[in-house]
Amino acid sequence: MIHYFEGQLGHTFVIIAFVTSMLSAYAYFKGRNQDKEWTTFASKIFYVHVFSIIGIIGTLFYLITNHYFEYHYVFSHSSKLLPIYYQISCFWEGQEGSFLLWMFWNAILGVILIRTNNFWKAPVMFVVALTQVFLASMILGVVIFDIKLGSSPFMLLREVIDAPIFKTNPNFIPEDGNGLNPLLQNYWMVIHPPTLFLGFATTVIPFAYCIGGLLIGKNKEWIRPALPWAQFSAMILGVGILMGAYWAYETLNFGGYWNWDPVENAIYVPWLVLVASIHVMIAYKKSGSALKISMILVVASFLLVLYATFLTRSGILGNSSVHSFTDLGLSGQLLIYLLVFIALSIAFIVKRWKDIPSTKEETSPYSREFWIFMGAAVLCLMAFQVLAGTSIPVYNQVAELFGFELNMAPATDTYSAYSLPQLILSVLLAILSGTGQFFWWKKMDGKKLKEELRTPFLISLVISGLIIVIGKITEPYYVILLIACIYSIVANSKVFIGIAKSNIKLSGGSITHIGVALMLVGILFSSGYSKILSTNYTSMVWSSEFPEEVNKDNLLLFINEPRQMDEYSMIYRGIRKDTREDGFVDQNELTPTINPLKVVRKSERGTDTLTLINPENSYFEVEYHTEEGKQFTLFPRVQINTAMDMIVYSPDIKRKVNADMYTHVRTFPDPDQEPDWSEPQEIKVKIGDQFFINDYVATLERMEPVSNVEGTPLSSGDIAVKAVINLQGEYKDYDAEPVFVIRNKEYVGRIDDQVNDLAFRVSIQNILPQENAVVLAYQTTQKDWIIMEAVKKPWINLLWIGTFLLVIGFIVAIRRRYLEFVRMRDKGVEA
Amino acid sequence: MKTKYIGAIVIIGIAIAIIISMAGDASTYVTFGEAKKLSEKGFKKSIHVVGELPKTASGEIVGIEESPDKLSFKFEMIDENGVQQQVLHANPVPTDFIRSEQVVIVGSYQGDKFVAEKILLKCPSKYQEDPEFNS
Repeated sequence: MIHYFEGQLGHTFVIIAFVTSMLSAYAYFKGRNQDKEWTTFASKIFYVHVFSIIGIIGTLFYLITNHYFEYHYVFSHSSKLLPIYYQISCFWEGQEGSFLLWMFWNAILGVILIRTNNFWKAPVMFVVALTQVFLASMILGVVIFDIKLGSSPFMLLREVIDAPIFKTNPNFIPEDGNGLNPLLQNYWMVIHPPTLFLGFATTVIPFAYCIGGLLIGKNKEWIRPALPWAQFSAMILGVGILMGAYWAYETLNFGGYWNWDPVENAIYVPWLVLVASIHVMIAYKKSGSALKISMILVVASFLLVLYATFLTRSGILGNSSVHSFTDLGLSGQLLIYLLVFIALSIAFIVKRWKDIPSTKEETSPYSREFWIFMGAAVLCLMAFQVLAGTSIPVYNQVAELFGFELNMAPATDTYSAYSLPQLILSVLLAILSGTGQFFWWKKMDGKKLKEELRTPFLISLVISGLIIVIGKITEPYYVILLIACIYSIVANSKVFIGIAKSNIKLSGGSITHIGVALMLVGILFSSGYSKILSTNYTSMVWSSEFPEEVNKDNLLLFINEPRQMDEYSMIYRGIRKDTREDGFVDQNELTPTINPLKVVRKSERGTDTLTLINPENSYFEVEYHTEEGKQFTLFPRVQINTAMDMIVYSPDIKRKVNADMYTHVRTFPDPDQEPDWSEPQEIKVKIGDQFFINDYVATLERMEPVSNVEGTPLSSGDIAVKAVINLQGEYKDYDAEPVFVIRNKEYVGRIDDQVNDLAFRVSIQNILPQENAVVLAYQTTQKDWIIMEAVKKPWINLLWIGTFLLVIGFIVAIRRRYLEFVRMRDKGVEA
Repeated sequence: MKTKYIGAIVIIGIAIAIIISMAGDASTYVTFGEAKKLSEKGFKKSIHVVGELPKTASGEIVGIEESPDKLSFKFEMIDENGVQQQVLHANPVPTDFIRSEQVVIVGSYQGDKFVAEKILLKCPSKYQEDPEFNS
């Protein structure tokens, strides 16, 4: 039965959300000059809007958790076996759901804005409601005059997919859904998108204060309430970006946390501009300069978020990104969204430009403003550098629009295209953030500066010298970056100690700067000095076709055969399944049951039923042994998703204080493919005899009658016998138990037994009672293997520690600016 | 005011330098024929070639040869002009290689061989799939 009502309800909520966003935007606009009546009315409408968004989410969630696969969204993103926390993440796997997530955050933020700030309510909420109009239109899913407006998550499968089955049976409902993309089945994917989208959503607030301020002629007063929000946004967005990096590091097989993928860049660029805008806003608050620049940067950071959305969702990056969305037919709508806000911002700024005060006096290099501008300029240049390269597909499209072919492709060498230029600009950033802080807190002149800087400079030279010698850093760029970062850490620490003595509440800036410098050091070591341990220099005959400089970065490991890799001896132990009761269990001990989650284990201890955590997942047990006899085991994973026909590998990481050992499997024998078996070999053995199978010592222990043969019911006239053959493997013994069945004294049945780890199978060919012997036949095949890459990433922990400091610094700063705002508000000053 | 203008000029200067270096780092989409010409002219950088894997009439992909140690492989690829070329790649065969609709190789000619440093696959199933229903 198709559940029509739920979908119609959801769609009704979508339409209500769209209409109320338009209505409230209009009403807030009317109420912009402290018109209480319009504003109150607008807020009421906005609450209806919030309610309808919650209604959409609730309805969609109801459809997902009840497995209503007649709905396209539920079918494409969910499945019956999916645990509840991944049912939550399949909610935002699709474009429609992620727009919904964005709208949800905007709605929540709207409520907070309505309740905290009376004076700014109308002009600010006008802009927020306006963004909601565009977002709601993305999921509207209605056709007006042949124009498709948005894509609704409440479409029925048959409305979206043109499958023949719907012609014969319009009420067809698939048994199960496609499920969640295996790449996204990771706990980071449950918490990372909401964080990132909260970051996305918060960028609208400083923008809304700025535009709202221009709207009502409060050209400079908007900065105070906007600043804590800008800081909050930068913090959340930064955390979201790093969570994404960490997710990529933990689950994607590329061996790093940053790939300069367009989707990653698209969010890094607005963040840099947002951070730059915070700096100039602070400069404005101190000295009254830089208002115009603050405005431009705040507006730019929001517009860049929209541009990023357009890039990643319009399908324009289809050829250059591995994880951008496919086009849902929304690219035109997204472009309009972007262009409207660009036009709106330019119009407002141009209109007020003459009234915006600008500083006339000379900016001296000894003033703090000078240093802040320099820092902001470097941040913007970093953003511009990444943006210029990421937009390459856009240039092609624009060129096409003017009728010529550009054919530009993204840079192939990401080091010289992004990493190196970013590194050079980071050096400037580190130096500026170290030195700028002294200007911030004291009045400086040439003599004083020398005095202040002498000690930090000397200390940082000594520390960097030591690190350079011990760490054998020879690359000149890295040496320079390291010295600059250490300088920034030492200088900011000195400033921090100074402030902490007087008023610790003001220390946000110095903590954040220390965090950034630490992050840079962590990036420098973990990326610049990451070392592939599994490099294979053995050039075989075949590989001589390759040019000499091509290394093979992977290692082939056969099961239970140790191989030396760098300082480690590596052993691959076979495939494991993750069970709820007993952790990792050898796959060879398990037999599947009808329930895909349940398996039966047969071992010496008897038979028991175990529950698999995820039947799609298998783990490769890989042991690392050092010469001193230390060892650790890693379990890189493979997910085989038949519904989506995907095989996804995920690495496993051994975390040490000074380095991460990162191991990922590249490929392994296809489990669906029957191996190539050798010609059968026959051997005659007596009970107790020792012989060899596939070079392993085997003993025929005994023969015993069997009363129960799996798969073949035995009748009274049947006789079944099994041979128990013990084999000594490299690390443990195995039993092979082939069965021989005589049915009605005439027909002979042979059931072979296979020992996967030792790569053979054996059957009883014949029983010779007179000789007290049996004839065994065995076949061998290639041993199980994996191809893996192992990478060592030194000092990556500095990156994560730096991140924590960054967040702490931001929290301290936000608290300070927020209290300042509250103080002013309660005094009744303009808010 | 003077420092302001100097600053602006410096920033614009760096921005121009960034654009120039971006254009220099950018690659191009070319065919095998153009790639060959480029390499003969001494162009050493990597380029993108878009193509498909050759198939038999029954839809089976042909021309993939794995090295004995499985750590590298070669394959045939047909570019948009229908030119077929053998490509070397020093990594194991990607899992979804034979399922890909379209292959983008990033690399360059080394003599008469094309060595791919990177292979990007476009799989029909990667993000959105039109399901087949059996009932």
